[in-house]
Amino acid sequence: MAYRVFAMQQPSQRPRWWWWLFVAALAAFFITMPLHLELFVILEMSRFFGLAMLALSMGFLWGFGGVLSFGQTAFFGLGGYGYTVLALNTGATTGSVFFAIAFGMAGAAVLGYFMIYGRISEIYLSVTTLVFTLILEKGVRATSGDQYVIGTVRLNGQNGIPTVPQLKVPWNPSVELDINGFFYVGATLLVLVYLGLRLLLTTQFGRVIVGLRENERRTELLGYDTRRYKLGAFVLAGGVAGLGGAFYAMSIPLAHPEMFSLGRAADVIMWVLVGGKSTLIGPIAGVFAIEHFKGWLGTQGVGQVTLVLGAVLIVFVLVFQQGLLPTVGMLPEVWRDRRQVWRRILALPRTVAAVDWGVDELALLLVRRLARLIPGSASRSGRGRT
Amino acid sequence: MDQVANYLFQIGFSFSIFILISLGLAVIFGMMRVINLAQGEFLMLGAYFCTICNQAGIALWLSIIFAALAVGLFGMIVERLLIQWLYGRVIDTLLATWGLSLFLVGGVTTIFGPQTESVAAPLGNVPVGDFGIPVYGLVLIAVAFVLLAAVYAFWRYTPYGLIVRGTMQNPKISAALGINRSLVYMLTFGFGSALTGLAGAVLTPIVGTYPTLGIAYIAKAFITVISGGHLPLLGTISAASLFGTIDGVVATISTSVAGEMTVLFVAIVLLRLLPLGITGRLNRGV
Repeated sequence: MAYRVFAMQQPSQRPRWWWWLFVAALAAFFITMPLHLELFVILEMSRFFGLAMLALSMGFLWGFGGVLSFGQTAFFGLGGYGYTVLALNTGATTGSVFFAIAFGMAGAAVLGYFMIYGRISEIYLSVTTLVFTLILEKGVRATSGDQYVIGTVRLNGQNGIPTVPQLKVPWNPSVELDINGFFYVGATLLVLVYLGLRLLLTTQFGRVIVGLRENERRTELLGYDTRRYKLGAFVLAGGVAGLGGAFYAMSIPLAHPEMFSLGRAADVIMWVLVGGKSTLIGPIAGVFAIEHFKGWLGTQGVGQVTLVLGAVLIVFVLVFQQGLLPTVGMLPEVWRDRRQVWRRILALPRTVAAVDWGVDELALLLVRRLARLIPGSASRSGRGRT
Repeated sequence: MDQVANYLFQIGFSFSIFILISLGLAVIFGMMRVINLAQGEFLMLGAYFCTICNQAGIALWLSIIFAALAVGLFGMIVERLLIQWLYGRVIDTLLATWGLSLFLVGGVTTIFGPQTESVAAPLGNVPVGDFGIPVYGLVLIAVAFVLLAAVYAFWRYTPYGLIVRGTMQNPKISAALGINRSLVYMLTFGFGSALTGLAGAVLTPIVGTYPTLGIAYIAKAFITVISGGHLPLLGTISAASLFGTIDGVVATISTSVAGEMTVLFVAIVLLRLLPLGITGRLNRGV
């Protein structure tokens, strides 16, 4: 069962019973967690839930829409700050969570409109989103003076806002959720977001999104306004990231410029790439794996954690493109057809370069042969050993 | 009068910073189409090389040249070990160089520690009315212009420039004409790295030297080259003049952060109006 969930060959197909069973098992696992785990682990897990939503937002855009947006951290941070500022001003926490989603979506809509309707190329889009989040970070970091106040809340620049209000029970706003309650809300939201995104892929909208990844030009020629769909996916992912940001800010609890930073943006890529971007469960697993790994590295005294993470990222890009979970999903196939699958897992760059080079050599040979056919044109090339 | 001189200096200064930080990127990203996210770290390495040489007692001007050469060499090593496997795989290049960037920041922090090293800015101030304009700032402006002219002349008027531009335009045809494509790629990447290292070294006396130095400039460099469009040099010059002026003016009126935010905003609106960049409709030039 597991491998079929992880590999998930065709996202547009309606999930089968074993997938529902998997989600139910996951939910049951989350529900029983506070019963047998330490408080520290529960707190850590609550923090990971927010990050997992951020990872999902990027995994959805990149893995299924083919839009590589590095700026998901921008909407993540906007969500965190949006929630904190509004909740501190009004005291209504449930409404502020919805505002955080809307704020993330609004940010994504504005940025996305200019990029997607400007039809800038894929790679420019990646870099522009990255620049966007970096500049936002700089802007927020610069708000340390007394003049930067929204309502009654000081933005505090570098130090962030430490007084993020805890979530309250929606139907009884005088009671704050306790640690377990907060954990349950996080787990529920994460499972719901995962379910929602997965089921969205089976709808017409989702199929067009996957079509965009496969071939944007062709999708457009089929009569779809690709810009609208792309912007829709971008705004949706912005909303998910905003929700994640609000949740993350509550869990540490701190709204900090770090949420926009380059380091955080790099984390998101690590989660999605290591977990496996061709699935939606991969990014979530990536969050838990990498964040746990980082915590473990910190206790091992290796010095700089980023040194190791950078190396891990390079290795995954060069030889392990599929990510961990899809690789696990392929294991049964490995038994059936070993050589073929290993070639797929280890998309060795060397072979690609060799093939490319071979084509060049062939062209060179052809030109020389042709040159020999023309009388009087001695080969003037310096490397005429063929 | 001195107010005007001060404004002009501010604008010239931020123009030169835009030029310095994006010239190397214009070669590596603009010409080679290699998205090098470790570009900021090359800048940082240049600054560190310069600081180390200077602290070892070598004159600042010589240290700057050493730093450029060292980073150029480092760039060639990176190209051989990492980039050469990734030509044509744009997204992978981007991710791998991001890994490299993290790796370099981590490595440099491990070796030199997170504190800021500094090199004293030489040459003092020249008084203009009520203001003092730092002479080193004027030198920086001069360096930016000289570098720009030299790189332009090199691409436009020398046979090497022609070979490089031809190879970047169509690698297969150049290979068929007997040009060692692999070598050209390596040297061009090294050249771009050297330019970046030089920029980092020249900036050190003003901004200091610390491991996360690159992160502060990478965003500016990328929006300059992207807004420039497909002609790397002309595009970079025009985008740098536009952004440098905006940044200089806003930074003088308000804060430097406000300057950067305005530049970003203008850049995003510009992408909507001119998706192909400022030089998008020009066909000739470098």
